Amino acid sequence: IHKKIPVLIHNGKPICESLIIVEYIDEVWHNKSPLLPSDPYQRSQARFWADYVDKKAYSTGKRVWSGKGEDQEAAKKELTEFLKTMEGELGEKRFFGGDTIGFVDVALVPFTSWFHTFENFGQFSIEAECPKFIAWAKRCLEKESMAKSLPDPENIYGYALGLKKK
Amino acid sequence: MAEKVKLFNTWSSRFGLRIVWALKLKGVEYDSINEDLSNKSPLLLQYNPIYKKVPVLLHNGKPTSESLVILEYIDETWKHNPLLPEDPYEKATARFWAKFGDDKVMSSIWSAFTNEGKEQEDAIGQAIENLNFLEEQLKGKKFFGGEKIGLTDLALGWLANLVRVFEEIIGVKIIDHERFPSLLAWTQEFAEAPIIKESWPPHDKLIVKFQAIRDAHLAATRPK
Repeated sequence: IHKKIPVLIHNGKPICESLIIVEYIDEVWHNKSPLLPSDPYQRSQARFWADYVDKKAYSTGKRVWSGKGEDQEAAKKELTEFLKTMEGELGEKRFFGGDTIGFVDVALVPFTSWFHTFENFGQFSIEAECPKFIAWAKRCLEKESMAKSLPDPENIYGYALGLKKK
Repeated sequence: MAEKVKLFNTWSSRFGLRIVWALKLKGVEYDSINEDLSNKSPLLLQYNPIYKKVPVLLHNGKPTSESLVILEYIDETWKHNPLLPEDPYEKATARFWAKFGDDKVMSSIWSAFTNEGKEQEDAIGQAIENLNFLEEQLKGKKFFGGEKIGLTDLALGWLANLVRVFEEIIGVKIIDHERFPSLLAWTQEFAEAPIIKESWPPHDKLIVKFQAIRDAHLAATRPK
């Protein structure tokens, strides 16, 4: 339908759309490390924030690295506001999922691989603006499963440079 | 003890309507709070600070926003008459098509509705491609949920009513019998289903409202 990745194939059946895949994984392999809480209200909040990440993060980020002048400045401001909103939601928790990594952490952490690119193109420091957010990202990267699977920020920067040249 | 359920909504919201249907299908009693979107209530802004939109469901004082998220919350809180199947794969499939409806079908049909000329033609082409996928998905089934109405049907419900309003205004039939026999049959079955049928907003009011929206869009994009 969308001709995009990721596609998960389990027992020969395909599942598409990353957050839908994450929920599927959470339901099928429910015995270990649940990503969603069991309480329906907390689940709705987790889904809401993961959906917000999907709607806001990448489109704003794209305008930061591919934009110029006023557009870029506006995008930087929006990005900072987005990260501050997420900081607010995180509060004093270690992770969005509480003491352990949860659904929103999984939705958001891949976005951090783009920060090096945003900072280079946008000429600003995300850590200076949103230290709590960076502290959270660092905590996530202490997890081997996350650290090993995220793309190298340098590679992403190289990729963006290539795209910008076209 | 009666649980307090409140729904912030407007008379015409196709997203709020999903929640009305879900609550009624499950027999959940609720209070409806009608919002004027040109003058949003402080409560709405407090309960949905991110998007400031309807619908918002308030249950025991706790707010939830985004209609598809609210539908899942309702399904998990009031477990009778389930909207989603038990099997994880079938659940994922139902969620996929609901999301597809919002991401692709709605945006292409909206684009067709708010444009004219070549832009409209292109948008209609896109919409037809997207509707084809739904047609295939539906083949042989009464509802997207199978024998009973499910989450996907509620998410796509606007196709059974609002699209007719758009078609009337732009004078183009998008869901026609030749291309989409199953989809057309579904729109009729769904529109006439008990509970669904009682909740449709008045057709004439919708025509007036959406004609004005289309006029405003065209005025904004036409060269001066």
